[in-house]
Amino acid sequence: MKTSRIIMIVSAALLLLLFVFPIWNITLEAPQYPDPIGMDIWINKLTDAEPGDIQNINLMNHYVGMKPIPETMPEFAIFPKVIIGMTILGIILGLIGRYKLYLVWFVVMAALGAAGLYDFYLWEYDYGHNLNPKAAIKFVDEDGNPMAYQPPLIGNEQILNFKARSWPREGSLFLALAMFGSLAAFYVAKKEHTAQARE
Amino acid sequence: MKSKFMVLLSLVALTLLGSCNNGSSKKKSQGALSGNVAERVFVAPGEHDEFYGFISGGFSGQLSVYGLPSGRLFKVIPVFSVDAEKAYGFNEETKPMLMTSHGFIPWDDSHHPDLSQTEGVIDGRWCFINANNTPRIARIDLTTFETAEIIEIPNSAGNHSSSFVTENTEYVVAGTRFGVPVPQRDMPIEEYKGNFKGALTFIKVDQETGNMDIAFQILMPGFNYDLAHPGRGKSHGWFFFSTYNTEEANTLLEVNASQNDKDFIAAINWKKIEEYVANGGGKKMPTRYAHNIYSDDTHSATSTMKTEILTVEPTDVPGAIFFLPTPKSPHGCDVDPTGEYIIGNGKLAAALTAHSFTKMLDAIENKKFDGEAYGIPILNYDDVVAGVVQQPGLGPLHTEFDGRGNAYTTFFISSEVVKWKLGTWEVVDRKPTYYSVGHLMIPGGNSRKPWGKYLVAMNKITKDRYLPTGPELCQSAQLYDISGDKMELLLDFPTVGEPHYAAGAPADLIAPNSKKFYKLGENNHPYKTLSEKEARVERKGNEVHIYMTTIRSHFSPDNIEGIKVGDKVYFHVTNLEQDFDVPHGISMIGANTSELLIMPGQTETFVWEPKQPGVWPFYCTDFCSALHQEMQGYVRVSPKGSDVPLKWSLDGE
Repeated sequence: MKTSRIIMIVSAALLLLLFVFPIWNITLEAPQYPDPIGMDIWINKLTDAEPGDIQNINLMNHYVGMKPIPETMPEFAIFPKVIIGMTILGIILGLIGRYKLYLVWFVVMAALGAAGLYDFYLWEYDYGHNLNPKAAIKFVDEDGNPMAYQPPLIGNEQILNFKARSWPREGSLFLALAMFGSLAAFYVAKKEHTAQARE
Repeated sequence: MKSKFMVLLSLVALTLLGSCNNGSSKKKSQGALSGNVAERVFVAPGEHDEFYGFISGGFSGQLSVYGLPSGRLFKVIPVFSVDAEKAYGFNEETKPMLMTSHGFIPWDDSHHPDLSQTEGVIDGRWCFINANNTPRIARIDLTTFETAEIIEIPNSAGNHSSSFVTENTEYVVAGTRFGVPVPQRDMPIEEYKGNFKGALTFIKVDQETGNMDIAFQILMPGFNYDLAHPGRGKSHGWFFFSTYNTEEANTLLEVNASQNDKDFIAAINWKKIEEYVANGGGKKMPTRYAHNIYSDDTHSATSTMKTEILTVEPTDVPGAIFFLPTPKSPHGCDVDPTGEYIIGNGKLAAALTAHSFTKMLDAIENKKFDGEAYGIPILNYDDVVAGVVQQPGLGPLHTEFDGRGNAYTTFFISSEVVKWKLGTWEVVDRKPTYYSVGHLMIPGGNSRKPWGKYLVAMNKITKDRYLPTGPELCQSAQLYDISGDKMELLLDFPTVGEPHYAAGAPADLIAPNSKKFYKLGENNHPYKTLSEKEARVERKGNEVHIYMTTIRSHFSPDNIEGIKVGDKVYFHVTNLEQDFDVPHGISMIGANTSELLIMPGQTETFVWEPKQPGVWPFYCTDFCSALHQEMQGYVRVSPKGSDVPLKWSLDGE
């Protein structure tokens, strides 16, 4: 089998690692939490970084009226299907070997990734802004508007006494590798094609 | 005449003052030389101590946990006495821990903590400690720092030569201080001599669970068994017990038990007796003793009454037990890290006796006996003594070792710690204690591997050492640096109750295993409530069971109605928190018991029997969050026979 095809198939299969590794992590640090509390975000679930962490994030957040972190979301049903679909599609494309389609796969995957990120942002926005009016503690910002507690999409941010860190985890790396791989498969295939044409 | 007396008195006073001044200037100059004493005990805010110190609570019945070298108190672990702060002995879960064959006992006198060992080295798994008054041995789990188990010792009284562990924690040993009739019976006290017995009990320790079980009890002559120490290294397999009152006096012991020039150290080859018992030896005797185990699974204790014990008569196992004559009512009986020397601290003597294990074996083999006592051979003193530390001080009590060939002995009468050399028996240093020192402790200093950096001396009285607090003053411990040639006093710190003895270990042996919280999913308490959805109230006749939860910062339910005067109300409270250091407490107005203090993931129960109709509040007693003050609720109590329905809610739901 041609190298490009193998690259394409392996790249598509890499996506399956998203079921093994989380894609994102949000960690909250504060002096009275010498062991920071954190949450891992997967394509199909949210998990404690350390046992009890999500409960502890909820406990802290409920004082300012933030909703509890949902046990499940519609996305958790959709994302796994998308990933499995893209894996199968990628493998089929690799088997067929029509390399221009690799590029299409890459573009579709990139679009889906961007959509996922945007969805994540929307959830974060709602989570940080849509507060319970009965909250025990209501802080306002410098302009007198109600404080928002939206964690950063990516990066570090100080929110009251907490430093919120939001960074990709291994899952995202494998997603990036898969996408990069499909591009590589495309270029290698193109080279193979021109070499073949010359012969 | 009177004026002469006054002059004399003032002269004496001046002399005393002079000596005092000398003392303090000497102290000061020492301080100037060393210069950094404060620095050496200073543990900066947020930093951790190098060692744990487990110091017995004496007549408080508890075990306190200190950091060394700072002398900071971290926790008082309730062991043999009730503790209202922690609901120990008050809540339904821990009441069985204090059950004995005499019923529930709310107090005892805790004496000698000892840490579990593997191959003679402290391993940081468990701490054992004895109850002196109603004989018991407790095991404290060093992952939770809670009392995990208590076993009663039958046929014993004044459980003093306890609770010392063998080199691989095969056994914990408990020896009786009093000779008593075995089994107990009605008989004239003056018939003590020859009739009373001294029971030495060997308790087997399960290496997985730590659970204790009495393996056998040796019914020795009715001497008073004061302290004990296991053999180490070459003497592993032997256990040594100091005795006093070999006179077998039953009255005015301070005189009548101090007549013999020499008492004994009893040397017991427990491996031989273990073998004898394994081959069916020994006699089963009916008796009663309680065995109490606390489970971190059910967060509850159970108490079982046992009815039989295996006893061994010394004369039935020839060659297993010998007496080493030792001057003047020896207290401490301490074995050096190599296992060769057995130090007899003759507390009424002015010399320290060191027996040689090698010479002892030789004396046994060549039958170098000097008579016998109740059929037990007495070895010839001169044939077992390795050396004598001459005139080291007055009233030697207890010796530990630094692992560099030095021994350190406390002297009660002359209030000092004396450092001397094993083998040459020369005194190399002495430092005063303030005052009347009992035991001392070097972390690992009674094992094969001492960490010979600090020495803690435990004093019986403090007099003028601290700000006065009325007639009752604190006891204290004193920390010495023993890393150099000379000992240096670094720190005084008060202790909880009378510090009889202590055990110490490097923090990194224990701290990493310290539990952070109990997993809710592993809670198997019969009255657990694992979520607010399961919170409820159930009535069974006049018993009402409230399945309550706590989480920052509310109880669920927090409004309860339908309770009636005459009801027995059980609050089964589960702390739903799953975070480090977030306990919740609960207390009910007028409840004839203590608060509960519930660790995350735990369930605890208190009982309330309301006596008056009304609306009675309860609240959280442990500051848990910014809204802790709001963590409160009400119970409506209606008159007997009223038909107010049972109802419970949180936020109207």
